[in-house]
Amino acid sequence: MIEKALRGEPRYYMWIVFLLAIIGVGFGCWLYQLNVGLGITGMGRDISWGVYIGQFTYLVGVAASAVMIVIPLYLHNYRKYAKIIVFGEFLAIAAVTMCLLFIVVDIGQPQRMLNVVLHPTPNSILFWDMIVLSGYLLINIIVGYNCLLAEAKKVPHPGWLKPFIYLSIPWAVSIHTVTAFLYAGLPGRHSWLTAVMAPRFLASAFASGPALLIIVLLIIERVSKFDPGRDALQTIAKTVCYAMIVNLFLVGMEFFTAFYSNIPGHMHGLQYLFVGLHGHGKLVGWMWTAAPFAFIGVLLLLIPPARRHHGILAFACISVFIACWIDKGVALVIGGFIPNPFERITEYSATFPEITIATAIWAIGALILTVLHKVAVTIREEEAAT
Amino acid sequence: MNMDRRQFIKIAGLSTLFGLGGKGAFELLRPGALDAAVHHGEEHAPEKPKEVRKQWAMTIDVEKCAEPGVVEKCIKACHSTHNVPDFGDSKNKVKWLWEDDYEHTFAENENEYMDDHVKELPFLCMCNHCEHPPCVRVCPTKATFKRPDGIVAMDYHRCIGCRFCMAACPYGSRSFNWLDPRKGLNEKELNMEFPTRMRGVVEKCNFCVERLAKGKLPACVEAAPQALTFGDLTDPDSNVRQILRRRSSMRRKLELGTGPCIFYLV
Amino acid sequence: MYDAWKIIVGLVIFVVLFTAAFWMNAGKAAPVPEPKIDTPEIKKMAEAERKCVEDKHFMRTTHMQLINHWRDQALREGNREYINQKGKKYYISLQNTCMKCHSNKKDFCDKCHNYAGVSPYCWDCHIEPKEEPKGNEL
Repeated sequence: MIEKALRGEPRYYMWIVFLLAIIGVGFGCWLYQLNVGLGITGMGRDISWGVYIGQFTYLVGVAASAVMIVIPLYLHNYRKYAKIIVFGEFLAIAAVTMCLLFIVVDIGQPQRMLNVVLHPTPNSILFWDMIVLSGYLLINIIVGYNCLLAEAKKVPHPGWLKPFIYLSIPWAVSIHTVTAFLYAGLPGRHSWLTAVMAPRFLASAFASGPALLIIVLLIIERVSKFDPGRDALQTIAKTVCYAMIVNLFLVGMEFFTAFYSNIPGHMHGLQYLFVGLHGHGKLVGWMWTAAPFAFIGVLLLLIPPARRHHGILAFACISVFIACWIDKGVALVIGGFIPNPFERITEYSATFPEITIATAIWAIGALILTVLHKVAVTIREEEAAT
Repeated sequence: MNMDRRQFIKIAGLSTLFGLGGKGAFELLRPGALDAAVHHGEEHAPEKPKEVRKQWAMTIDVEKCAEPGVVEKCIKACHSTHNVPDFGDSKNKVKWLWEDDYEHTFAENENEYMDDHVKELPFLCMCNHCEHPPCVRVCPTKATFKRPDGIVAMDYHRCIGCRFCMAACPYGSRSFNWLDPRKGLNEKELNMEFPTRMRGVVEKCNFCVERLAKGKLPACVEAAPQALTFGDLTDPDSNVRQILRRRSSMRRKLELGTGPCIFYLV
Repeated sequence: MYDAWKIIVGLVIFVVLFTAAFWMNAGKAAPVPEPKIDTPEIKKMAEAERKCVEDKHFMRTTHMQLINHWRDQALREGNREYINQKGKKYYISLQNTCMKCHSNKKDFCDKCHNYAGVSPYCWDCHIEPKEEPKGNEL
């Protein structure tokens, strides 16, 4: 099936070359980082996790979102999703791969990575994160590959695949819950020490992941002869809408608890993010960009005529995606370290090599997604032609 | 050959996995082979000394620290004994022992109407070697672990540099080697009896385990014995317990349940 | 065979690259390493006392495992006393026991390590003993 990804229109090749160029530059920066150390990033003693872990956290959510397609199709036989499920699974594969790559570039001694396997430590959430992410990648590869292969051969998928598909549902929820637990159990960081961390994570995951899926499907609709189906897109869009509403509601809950209780430790995190604290406010601009994007996205997705218009739908999904990305990929991780345990504020500025490496990893994800989706699209196009 | 491309790739992939995994499996399934070679030197070893359960702790008399030069002497003793690199005040700074004022050391006890005297007192901060350390709970490789004598130790050989412990520590006691620490050290001033660390691992105060093994007191305690006292918290008659019965003491962030073992005598 | 020439040319290039290590170093056999044990500290000891922690054969084959064992014993178990086959006690420390006698890393450790093409990461942290300046001091 891979040969289907090797042939395409000229703009397909141009896109691949563009991605490879970004990956090449990023790889060079990573070699520089391996040589000098993580000091070349903007991270430091006070902000010890930055862009890399932020992207990792966000992408775990995107990966988990495949479950929003799997549940209606396999548990409730919503046939409209039958044509696009494989695109969701491939998105999950690309996202999980990016997660693993972000971890590799973030740790100080990557060649010792296997120590997590050689010295299993069940009391550490990171141990479980490694297990659930690797397992999820494996499940999605097995399910995605076998489903697509069966379709290419025009046979129903094999029966032994069903348990894996059902397993992927709680597993998807688990990957993001475990990632939330990385943050939610740490006693010293007040902005993270909240019971709604896992629900927030899941809600924003189920908003941002399907939003990205819609964007990708709309692009595919444009550049190929495959039609994902209007109804399927509308249902996913409604999923994004309601998930985003839940996400905003939960964020609202955080605000209430912090400001009604008036406890300084609880308020400081949100104050730093939205209005600045003790004269520091580097992330304020980011938050006040995220907020309108979030509300505008939800509004457009709620109004049926807007949602049905594919141009507006694309804009709404991009808004939701960006809002969730700022909330999780920027504000959550970096904001969690501010103020530091001594109530001092150290601010964070990502450096050029750091951003380049992060962009290159996104490009690797885009490359994997492009190749896998090209295979799927070609098979669908061939199906439609016969 | 009647194999198609798909079968070829599958077989190649599985062979690679078996090839890589086989070696690992050999190491894991026949560990006796290596151990036997090493342990034959210890057949006549006496019983390993029974590990004594204790909890090392330190009391810090803050007034005595305020005397001129005391705090600097302690920090210098610690950092020079352990080859702690000096990266100034940059984001890459590494520190095992440092001082801060009341307002920041006890940030959870914000008190705008505090007396002027306490406002100016220096508080020495270091790893608290907690009784219930969150850093140990989160380490995925047990690179940081609690010894039977209560010290929270670091195994730099195993640390993968994930910095989860740094996020977990509520006291900000840990430093990461963002750069090669030798770049922050003067070759001529190295303590040749103690290693440095490599970049990419986390480090912190270790209560001078290597000195305790030789029956010496921690370097900071030796530098300022009038201000710092080091002893066993679990022994009701130890020096620290006697001091704690006599003097009022504070610990950082008690409400978090970590059980810190650095007591500030105010 | 389809595309015969492309395959044969590709195979030839592959074989040449794969065996490059061999034919590039043909005729240049490196001499067998001879680690030197004539450090000042060893010379100060009487002949009969010049014994390492374990015997030469054991050390040659197993010093890597012994050092790993020491690392775990000292750092993780808190046990800093090692008793060798002959019942003699040693203080477990790379810098303060091994390197006290073998203070010439370049003429001892590196000799075999360079020959075998290994670079153990011990020296990233453990400080090498200062080399004796050869000839006149500056």
